Amino acid sequence: MRKAFFALLGRDFTLAIRRPGEIVDAWMFFILIVCLFPLGTNPDDGLLTAFAPAIIWIAALLSTLLSLDRIFKSDFLDGSLEQLLLSPQPVAILVFAKVLVHWVSSGLLLILISPLMAIFLGLPTEAIPVLMLSLLLGTPVLSLVGAIAVALTVGLRGAGLLLPLLLLPLYTPVLIFGSHAVQAAATGMSAVGPLYLLGAILLLAVTLAPLAIAASLRISVE
Amino acid sequence: MTSQFGLRADELACRRDDRLLFDALGFHAEKGQMLEICGKNGSGKTTLLRLLCGLRQPDEGQIFWRGQNILDDPENYRQTLCYVGHLSGLKADLSPYDNLCAESQLFGVSQDAVEPALQSLGLGREIDIPCHRLSAGQLQRASLARLLVRGADLWILDEPCASLDRDAQLNVQTILENHALAGGTVVFTTHQPIEFKRADVRQLWLSKSPGDAVDA
Repeated sequence: MRKAFFALLGRDFTLAIRRPGEIVDAWMFFILIVCLFPLGTNPDDGLLTAFAPAIIWIAALLSTLLSLDRIFKSDFLDGSLEQLLLSPQPVAILVFAKVLVHWVSSGLLLILISPLMAIFLGLPTEAIPVLMLSLLLGTPVLSLVGAIAVALTVGLRGAGLLLPLLLLPLYTPVLIFGSHAVQAAATGMSAVGPLYLLGAILLLAVTLAPLAIAASLRISVE
Repeated sequence: MTSQFGLRADELACRRDDRLLFDALGFHAEKGQMLEICGKNGSGKTTLLRLLCGLRQPDEGQIFWRGQNILDDPENYRQTLCYVGHLSGLKADLSPYDNLCAESQLFGVSQDAVEPALQSLGLGREIDIPCHRLSAGQLQRASLARLLVRGADLWILDEPCASLDRDAQLNVQTILENHALAGGTVVFTTHQPIEFKRADVRQLWLSKSPGDAVDA
């Protein structure tokens, strides 16, 4: 089982590296959204700094949405999803490998660039570690919960806007606690509370989402 | 009708989009037998094969493998099964070799069989070329190579000879016959006029009007 998990992980990382464009697109999208806000407001009146946590978090949500489709779409179209579901391994473990690859190629990259974005929006430097920590706890949830919705909609034709409509409401808890943690840190308050809640959501998603993804995929290939 | 060693279906019924594809369908395929599913386009051949794989649940009826309902121990059943469908199941950016190696680990079988399998399907030279550069026939051969890698007893094949040239068709025919002669079970559909001389082939006709699907 462990061998199968790592084999799939290796295969998907190789595939992700061979198509760097898809990864870079979502990453650039994140950077561009954040960069548009200073251009559209007056950077001197402090409003931008006040909104910075929300801006970074919303950009992270949108950029994740943009890249979610690739978790299962190509596998569905070329039939490797069928073979995956026919393998004797627990499907929940295998889909966890796929989600992990997605997170590394989307969420992790957002975390790495986020300090720069924070400085760009004038966020106090004390808040940057909290921002990165909140993204570290929150973005895997975005990948995991997003994968459930992708698994459900992968077989639908013309799903188009369905994915964001399904997901954005589900993403609100992560947005609320994520940006509140950063806001608290920026104003000198303790960010521990929202971070704990984010951690709890992450644990819940890690344990339950793979099962839901596996079940959704079985419905989708029918 | 005690079938301990083969595949048996009882009273299968399947609807798709409110249309009854088949109903009260029963058949069995024993060890060493080949079962050809025949029928017109749209008569539900592919759907039936997907039911047999467990990729889809029948609306009614049960499927047994070696006397056990396939839903009782699906992981074990999947270990003994190899399905090759219309879709290749190969990633376009990887070579046939890399694809099948990753897959063999997924199924917990040795990678040593990958290279000989590709060679015996005539892909010796294309072994390291990314799949998106292969022709439709070559892709189908690479997809069929998984049969030889997996070492499964039950082969479920949806048009295995589609887009293959004459030589490759004969080659696949031999591979299927050998599998049946070695005690395996093959369930397949085809539109090519293939005559299996050495193996015990039975035909199952699916008809569009419900109730008159016959086990010939």
